[in-house]
Amino acid sequence: MHSISLALNGKPVHGQVEGRTLLVEFIRESRGLTGTHVGCDTSQCGACVVSVNGKAVKSCTVFAVACDGAEITTIEGLAKGVDLHPMQVAFKEHHGLQCGFCTPGMIMASIDIVKRHGKSVDEETIRRELSGNICRCTGYHNIVKAVQAGAANM
Amino acid sequence: MASATGVGASVRRKEDLRFITGKGQYTDDINLKDQAFAYFLRSPHPHAKIKSINTAKAAKMAGVVGIYTSVDVAKDKIGGLICGWGITSKDGSAMKAGPHPILAEGKVRYVGDHVAVVVADTKEQAKAAAAAIQVSYETLAHVVDAAKAMTSKVQVHDVAPDNRVFNWGLGNEAETDAAFKRAAHVTKLDIINNRLIPNAMEPRAAIGAYDAGTESYTLYTTSQNPHVARLVISAFHGLAPEHKLRVIAPDVGGGFGSKIFIYAEEVVCVWASKHAGRPVKWTGDRSEAFLADAHGRDHVTKAELATDANGKIIGLRVHTIAAMGAYLSTFSAAVPTYLYGTLLSGQYNIPAVYVTVDAVYTNTAPVDAYRGAGRPEATYVVERLVETAARELREDPAEFRRKNFVTQFPHQTPVIMCYDVGDYGAALDKALAMSDYKNFASRKAESAKNGKLRGVGLSAYIEACGIAPSAAVGSLGAGVGLWESAEVRVNPIGTVEILTGSHSHGQGHETTFAQLVSDRLGVDINSVSIVHGDTDKVQMGMGTYGSRSGAVGMHAISKALDKVVAKAKKVAAAVMEASADDVVFQDGSFTVKGTDKKMAFGEVALQSYLGHKFNSSEIEIGLKESAFHDPANFVFPAGVHICEVEVDPDTGHTTIAAYTCVDDFGNLINPMIVEGQVHGGIAQGIGQALLEGCIYDEESGQLLTGSFMDYAMPRAGYMPNLADFKLGFTCTPCPTNPMGIKGCGEAGAIGSPPAVINAITNAIGVREISMPATPLTVWNAMQASGMKKAAE
Ligand code: FES
Ligand code: FES
Repeated sequence: MHSISLALNGKPVHGQVEGRTLLVEFIRESRGLTGTHVGCDTSQCGACVVSVNGKAVKSCTVFAVACDGAEITTIEGLAKGVDLHPMQVAFKEHHGLQCGFCTPGMIMASIDIVKRHGKSVDEETIRRELSGNICRCTGYHNIVKAVQAGAANM
Repeated sequence: MASATGVGASVRRKEDLRFITGKGQYTDDINLKDQAFAYFLRSPHPHAKIKSINTAKAAKMAGVVGIYTSVDVAKDKIGGLICGWGITSKDGSAMKAGPHPILAEGKVRYVGDHVAVVVADTKEQAKAAAAAIQVSYETLAHVVDAAKAMTSKVQVHDVAPDNRVFNWGLGNEAETDAAFKRAAHVTKLDIINNRLIPNAMEPRAAIGAYDAGTESYTLYTTSQNPHVARLVISAFHGLAPEHKLRVIAPDVGGGFGSKIFIYAEEVVCVWASKHAGRPVKWTGDRSEAFLADAHGRDHVTKAELATDANGKIIGLRVHTIAAMGAYLSTFSAAVPTYLYGTLLSGQYNIPAVYVTVDAVYTNTAPVDAYRGAGRPEATYVVERLVETAARELREDPAEFRRKNFVTQFPHQTPVIMCYDVGDYGAALDKALAMSDYKNFASRKAESAKNGKLRGVGLSAYIEACGIAPSAAVGSLGAGVGLWESAEVRVNPIGTVEILTGSHSHGQGHETTFAQLVSDRLGVDINSVSIVHGDTDKVQMGMGTYGSRSGAVGMHAISKALDKVVAKAKKVAAAVMEASADDVVFQDGSFTVKGTDKKMAFGEVALQSYLGHKFNSSEIEIGLKESAFHDPANFVFPAGVHICEVEVDPDTGHTTIAAYTCVDDFGNLINPMIVEGQVHGGIAQGIGQALLEGCIYDEESGQLLTGSFMDYAMPRAGYMPNLADFKLGFTCTPCPTNPMGIKGCGEAGAIGSPPAVINAITNAIGVREISMPATPLTVWNAMQASGMKKAAE
């Protein structure tokens, strides 16, 4: 067992983890933050994307112990009180979700795309950058629209 | 005029807030106190005898609570999984259903078959113990290819010596044969409809919990139809009577059919929870989803279309071998029969149609309904044939379709269906205009300048949703009725709860259903909540699949709303001292004709519960009504897809250059949600046409496409660009429901694969190409036809 301390959605968190505990397991199981999802076991779907030290990371693909000292933001930590993040607003406004299962990962990945490519990120870049996030419901059309709109308002 | 939140408005979804903030509650998000974890030991062989299972070592491992096998299943007399639809063969014999135990008994029949389950304190412990179970297998020869099943020496089930589950036929055989005899032209195609793996993004999961104090069970499960799950687990598995079993399907992360069925894992969790004395939770890995979720499609077909000298279609003859996999899943038998053969007339006036289907066992995962279920397979056959016939006859594929369209309604086809209403020409016109079909040649020339081969393909689909009426489907072999239920509870302060037997797994019922209620009762949409997915809250219901929740589910709600309004009118009349006949209800207010007396809906609700101002022996206290609705007919969405592709002749890579889809879904409740359904359906259709194909290795029987790294899912980049993806609608309101709506959930997946393939064959100038049309497949087809050379 390893002791880890990190900041999860701005709150200090301490925990004991096995070496093999994945970050997503730590977030979901130890901390009860179930907004981060697990959609695959091969690091392909992006349902698990969170922000680690400001970068989008597939939390199924990092060990919790490797995140000792990190600042982590999950989907639950995006809104400021009742004020939603512009990307959250855009997903709702543009019907960028149906079943909602891929949505937390999509939103976290999209925010990262905008951070790296700027507010006026073009469609082709969005589509390419979202290739690590699978959605089975929406056909991506409205997700792309949502990302463009969210980007403009970020 | 529709209100901003009423029927016809693109109301933003009420359910979204919890999903965009990470507050959704999917099955795996639920954790019960003291829960243990289940892990299934699965067969590594496609076909083998189980000689022995030794659990002694595993049972002693850390954290193990219990290990169960078919021996324990037999001891407790837990029944096997069932197929709820019985098909009768042409010779009158019943379909040959082999046993489907919840844990394999004596034999395993596909890679992934459930052999044993370990319940332990943690997932890791359960997994480790499962690895320590020693199973001695005697491997048997296997067959994974549907086309070879009937001639194989392998016998998957004793009841079916030639692996044939049934040999079914539909249509007018003699007339069809006669039509082919007098045909001026016959177009023949050999068609494979590729096996698909549904892959809803939320893997299946279940938690079973036994309460020894009340001797009752609760099951949380990823289900599209929790009431049917309860019915089957009670009536067939015999675990608990219905009143002692509560099934809850919380938020469900997509289904596309794969979560209709009752699976071994959920039954085992319920059963094991009593043995373990603790709740038992199972969450499937994606790898398990690939192995053991019911797959879709997998048809091998020979089809031919007869035309007369005027290019009129006079006959269609089809023979299909449909894979069922190793066991008959819950609705499997209905898919290649009554959901397939019945749609083979397409949008066309075809006097003679005859189809035969051989359903076969193979040593693969079971095959059952996947988005469209039978109708995509039918549409693919019809629309590939029609397009090919038009090309052979040198007619414009659009005009060839038009001249064969059904134009008079109602239209009785030779294959059961009676189309109620439609205007196929209108959808075609609109799609041609939106896609600028007439200027295709100039776009083709433009693509050629960039070294690309451009092609265009059409598909004019029809489908049938809201399978009904119950008596009719019963006569065709359904084991259940296909009605829906609703209850409208008006609270004393005028807010409304709708309890529905349908269940959303992404369709947005919490919004669309509330729009209907808001319109009809004149209450604010935020004063309406939708309750579903819990058998303790909602009376019996049939669930969500087959695009039925609008046409059937909302119709039940509509009926219950009618009753609420009728009752409220009586209360209003009593309070306002008028005759109920003189009370008018409009825009949320009750008024008395010819007076200025007026009561708001909320006031009437309150008075209904107070009972102060009417005689409660004449008018019952309260305002709550329920209804069951059994539709009079199917509903028939139809439309036209036009796809343009660009093929890179050097690599065979296909890009969707433009996509236009015009649908007639009747009236739309929420156009935004409807469009979302179409986008998603088309993505799955493009996936089938270009990317997705489940492959079992013939020699080893192993699933080769067992992860997202081997099974290509559509990603954002495969879809047409925003500006090139156009949706349109035409409207012939459905006459069999008061909303005038049809179904929209599956149409995209039904109409799109033939449009894409027709476009590719047009682009590279070949007659046939198989799905998925991967770059390799396309490149090979070009080489074989000499196309590559010509392009150079
Ligand atoms: S769960 Fe992390 S990528 Fe799929
Ligand atoms: S909304 Fe269902 S997977 Fe994306």
